[in-house]
Amino acid sequence: MMGYKWGSGTIDLRTAFEELERIRQQMDKLFGDLAEGAIKEPTLSAGVFPLVNLSENNDNYYVRAELPGVKPEELDISVTANSLIISGERKIPEEENVNYHRREREAGRFSRVISLPGQIEPEKVEAKCKNGILTIILPKAETSKTRQVAIKTE
Amino acid sequence: MGEVSRKTLKPRDKTQLNTKIEQTKPGKVFIPDVDIYETEKEIRLIADMPGVTADKVNINLKDNILTLDGEVETLEGRDETPIFKEFETGRYYRQFSLSHVIDQSKIEAELKDGVLKLTLPKIETKTPRKIEVKAE
Repeated sequence: MMGYKWGSGTIDLRTAFEELERIRQQMDKLFGDLAEGAIKEPTLSAGVFPLVNLSENNDNYYVRAELPGVKPEELDISVTANSLIISGERKIPEEENVNYHRREREAGRFSRVISLPGQIEPEKVEAKCKNGILTIILPKAETSKTRQVAIKTE
Repeated sequence: MGEVSRKTLKPRDKTQLNTKIEQTKPGKVFIPDVDIYETEKEIRLIADMPGVTADKVNINLKDNILTLDGEVETLEGRDETPIFKEFETGRYYRQFSLSHVIDQSKIEAELKDGVLKLTLPKIETKTPRKIEVKAE
């Protein structure tokens, strides 16, 4: 930016535009970095309600979902040897003769299939609903359990 | 009760609380989804706070500012390893400024299946004074 002075009448237009372009690129990079930083860690969301967390320990898989206000009788859970279907409907009663200030909670049907990373024992699956959190415990089949291998000393 | 919704629910990521004031405890803070409606006598607030138990929820009304605060304990057991995580848990926090004068002594709160229901009775205002215009 040294080669010219505003108002001196000797502005090198080409240099000026190059400089502007350079600043623009830097700004783009800066804002791009900022935006990237704001994006949270990628989740493997399937884009289907409800969102679930899947975890495991030696004996079971655990599937958890947030379903506030959904009663157990409004839920339908079915399992196969390596998958799980959660379906149901969340109902929110419509109040009459009231004035709404805010309506953010949503009602509707849902159905989701979750593939499990290993075989389970379908007849031993347990599900419970507590404080609006659904927890499904899926015992692993013997074949998908991690086995400790003993090392022989000679 | 009106007609039951038939639409399909779409998953939504929780909204994180955005504030410059840092909290002392680490962890994420989320804004609970709420429905608020008003009847002649009261304001009702319904908030989705899955995972919150009755002893971990705090409701506070001071200077017409209503504060909801609820803590959620980690859902996973100690021996569990996550395979994938689509939602996160943390604290719920949200504040509202109320335009009506509320009868503090009659506030009712109920927490069931992760849904908090608050009833905030309005203080009965006297019937508006009618001003008569004298005709001379």
